[in-house]
Amino acid sequence: MSHHKVEVKNLQHIYPDGTVALHDVSFLIRHGESVAIIGANGAGKSTLLLHLNGYLPATSGEIVIGDAKLAKENLVQIRRTVGMVFQDPDDQLFMPTVFDDVAFGPLNMGLAAKEVETRVMDALHRVEAADLRDKPPYHLSGGEKKRVAIATVLSMLPEILVLDEPTNGLDPHARRQLIALLQVFHHTRIVTSHDLDMVLELCERTIVLQEGRVMADGPTLDIFADEELLKTCRLEKPFAMQGCPICSPGIRTMPAQKPMVLPHGDKHHDHDHEH
Amino acid sequence: MPAIDGSFLDFKQLDLLAMRQTSVHRLDPRAKVLTTIIFILCVVSFGRYEISAMLPFLIYPAVLMAVGDLPGGYILRKILIVIPFALIIGIFNPVFDRQVIMQLGPLDIWGGWVSCASILIRAILTASVAIILVAVTGFPAICEALEKLGMPKVFAVQLLFLYRYIFVLTDEGVRTARARQLRTFGKRGFGIRQFGSMVGHLLLRTWDRAERIHMAMLARGFCGEFHTTRAQSRFGRDEIVFMGGWMTLFIFLRIYNAPQLLGSLFTGNTP
Repeated sequence: MSHHKVEVKNLQHIYPDGTVALHDVSFLIRHGESVAIIGANGAGKSTLLLHLNGYLPATSGEIVIGDAKLAKENLVQIRRTVGMVFQDPDDQLFMPTVFDDVAFGPLNMGLAAKEVETRVMDALHRVEAADLRDKPPYHLSGGEKKRVAIATVLSMLPEILVLDEPTNGLDPHARRQLIALLQVFHHTRIVTSHDLDMVLELCERTIVLQEGRVMADGPTLDIFADEELLKTCRLEKPFAMQGCPICSPGIRTMPAQKPMVLPHGDKHHDHDHEH
Repeated sequence: MPAIDGSFLDFKQLDLLAMRQTSVHRLDPRAKVLTTIIFILCVVSFGRYEISAMLPFLIYPAVLMAVGDLPGGYILRKILIVIPFALIIGIFNPVFDRQVIMQLGPLDIWGGWVSCASILIRAILTASVAIILVAVTGFPAICEALEKLGMPKVFAVQLLFLYRYIFVLTDEGVRTARARQLRTFGKRGFGIRQFGSMVGHLLLRTWDRAERIHMAMLARGFCGEFHTTRAQSRFGRDEIVFMGGWMTLFIFLRIYNAPQLLGSLFTGNTP
């Protein structure tokens, strides 16, 4: 199944003002893979994403989606294959009602009304938002907006899902709900985020960008274990991989606290290991 | 900026009202839009000193509010927002137009006062029907109706975008204003200069957002054509009765001065 692969070869992007946003970026993402692209602010993550569906033209290098090289002539097909969920759902939800919004893509694809209806309702059911169908977008909560934004893309049945900071601005419950939702998708998934705990749960592979270059590309756990690499890229281990703040107080940058005296032996919380 | 904050939240209320299901809400939007247009044309076309002949027109907003189950206090507050603007237009009439056109006992009534009152009544009538139209139809449906009635699609789409993003934009504006207010400690900041740069920033942010929205549209296959699936609403008997009835009444009220007619019925004097 090589036809849903994403291949980026020696991609370079220079903005009109001369800023070099991407230097010679190359990677290959295979069908069904879930890959995180992480890096500090300004590392080039968003610029890279905007290339994947041809919004920004590459200064040099090329992008291959499936078996087709991305070019002006096949943009429509590529955009149908690569579903892009933007960071701010307010940018993505522009129609008067949730239903109209989710139907926007399928209608542009020229589908019949009946088929559109089925697709919209399927997509809304998948993100558990079917009861929101007649609501205007500005009546939705942050978490609801995000889920509907994902539905607007799902309704086009893309092969590849690209998500820019999906958990940004969500409360812990909505974030948990979204992660659970993304876990059951079988699409090829490309996610950028600063939420490294989500990356740990969702992506088996991670690509680290710094100043427009690929600094590392490998299994997520290996990347997060490399403290030297994380430090040079202005990153940090996910909280889940950092020590317990009670028994190893020096781990955070906060002033050290006295270890708490625990009433029952050495075990505490839900840790299954002895301290 | 609690005032601006509040009035925009209220707009969402208007939207919620439009989701109700009364007999007026169910009518085809085109019927309501056309009736409203005729209403406004009739009211606006009265002479500048006319007052009494316009009063019976109040029946249309009153009936719609009753049948559409709209909260009177809320609609009234919305209308109050418009009145200052009407006053600005009419306030100088009494200064320039001092011709006495009426005598109320010892009191000379200048034409300016009458025309100023006339402007106010017009403003109240037209603003109320426009607000009620949105409250019983919903803004998107009005745009769709206008489009079906022949307005170019580009304008309809523009109106829809305006309506969608006015909330986002005011949110941004209110946040900026709040940030400024919190750091000026009750003083006026740097006045107009700073205000200019604030508005400039807002414009730039709007520009950015427009670009991102366009990106999101392109990503979903937008090629310049808007499609909708909404069920074709039918122009049936109810719509014809609604439109026919009201329009006949409006035209009758426009040609004959109803209060005067009524008066002459009792007094026996023909006008």
